[in-house]
Amino acid sequence: MIASITLKDGLATKGSLEAASYAVALAKAEGTEAVAVVHGPLKGDGGLGATGIAKVLHYADELQDAGQIAKLVAAAASGSSVILAHDAVGRAVAPAVAVHLNAGLVSGVTELPASGAVRRNVFSGKAMADVEVATGQAVYTVTPNTFPVAADGGVAAVEAFQAEVGEARVKVKAFHASSADGQVPLPEAELVVSAGRGLKGPENWGIVEDLASALGATTACSRPVADIGWRPHHEHVGQTGVAIRPNLYIAAGISGAIQHLAGVNQSKVIVVINTDPEAPFFKAADYGIVGDAFEVLPKLTAAVKALEA
Amino acid sequence: MNILVCISQAPDTTSRIAFTNGDKEFDPNGVQFIVNPYDEWYALVRALELKEAGGGTVTTLTVGDASTDPVIRKALAIGADAAVRVDFKPTDSMQTARLIAAHAEGKGYDLILCGKETIDYNGSVVPGMVAALLDLPYVALGTKLEVANGVATVMREVTGGEEEVEVTLPAVVSAAKGMAEQRIPNMRGIMSARTKPLQVEAGSADAATVVRTFSLPEDKGSCKMIPADQAEELIRLLREEAKVI
Repeated sequence: MIASITLKDGLATKGSLEAASYAVALAKAEGTEAVAVVHGPLKGDGGLGATGIAKVLHYADELQDAGQIAKLVAAAASGSSVILAHDAVGRAVAPAVAVHLNAGLVSGVTELPASGAVRRNVFSGKAMADVEVATGQAVYTVTPNTFPVAADGGVAAVEAFQAEVGEARVKVKAFHASSADGQVPLPEAELVVSAGRGLKGPENWGIVEDLASALGATTACSRPVADIGWRPHHEHVGQTGVAIRPNLYIAAGISGAIQHLAGVNQSKVIVVINTDPEAPFFKAADYGIVGDAFEVLPKLTAAVKALEA
Repeated sequence: MNILVCISQAPDTTSRIAFTNGDKEFDPNGVQFIVNPYDEWYALVRALELKEAGGGTVTTLTVGDASTDPVIRKALAIGADAAVRVDFKPTDSMQTARLIAAHAEGKGYDLILCGKETIDYNGSVVPGMVAALLDLPYVALGTKLEVANGVATVMREVTGGEEEVEVTLPAVVSAAKGMAEQRIPNMRGIMSARTKPLQVEAGSADAATVVRTFSLPEDKGSCKMIPADQAEELIRLLREEAKVI
């Protein structure tokens, strides 16, 4: 089993740690071991040994072209199945790995394979599909926040790894960070506080940010709010924005249009705060408060702070 | 510049999802099909804008049976010059990608644009496979796309932000929100779509994955309501009952 890993500051990203943990669990079930392939500057074993990864294959240069990463991963795979995170990198790399290995690809898996099929979400979370891979090798990308990061492993051996990856055809010119300082990026976030038109104006977002900051959550918003420029586009969760799967999604002043639900319906717990008791979002919620966000959000923030005091 | 835009049909977002044939197939009965929004709003419209600015052609390609013709006509009504349909009903993305690549091979397209994913199977994999099959560079999740002197500058979504990348054409780019704005076809577009060429090609490819069964999630239990004046109770429940904070 091979896990394809993205490093940030020398350590595996959260999505990559989940992919590594998935590869370890799958390898255990098959009586083999899991190996990680990484590229670029690496600190220690990149945090991968803790997930149970036995060995880290280290390609020294940092690669930014998905085509090159795919060639590296395919070279490392040598007959094994390949696991990647279903994040921006995994989505770009996995299809090319599947082509190079002539292997079936199941993207966005949410569980380990069971009796020969693996589960993924389809129809924007409105249904599931159990998929069989018809080839010897398989390529899986793991949906963020669906598979826990294992921490009961040891230290992985690091081995230099060489492969013919060709030249970089996609060249990175600049990076623009979107997340506010200290916030976890939305697709990786376990706690999300989101708000919509019910907040009445961008100047009122302080109460949303206060609750998010007290919880250590990431802020998000509905489409109308992003479209009229109250909030940046990268915060838009929903059908055409980001699809997320946090442990907790708190939505204030969002009615819950079907396009919005499509992006958040995989959240483990949904809390809806709305002045309208008929808001459709309550039907998809676990907890609801009929009330004014301007009164309820500060109370929640105070309660979180009291809990942590 | 000659651009190929890959167009898929997808059930309208509000469709009731049901399955047939022993839960092995999507049941299209009573379902309104639309052009997959990422293909239409972002990939197709950006292709048209690039053509309007710099000349060239925009051709759409769809892998599907004749039931996809209405969404292909819609793409022509929005402004594509010509359409190709590979007459094959795919069941996995490797088939779709192989048929797109087989069509595009040797046609000299400068740019192949696809939506970042379809809203039915949400795979997000066809454009990357097409690029690998044609040995073209691939940029996923593009939110902006400019082309000058044979070089595309793309803003792409990455974890925690966006990256500006450059790639020499030909290339494959997948389109996310931001690349363009939705266009509503006008009457002239709808009329002219009837006479634009829709060429049907034969093709077939083997599947690398098979759906064993589809299923629907269990209904959520009813929502537990908390009075607004006891909002702090919610925080206690989230910690002690739901155990998420």
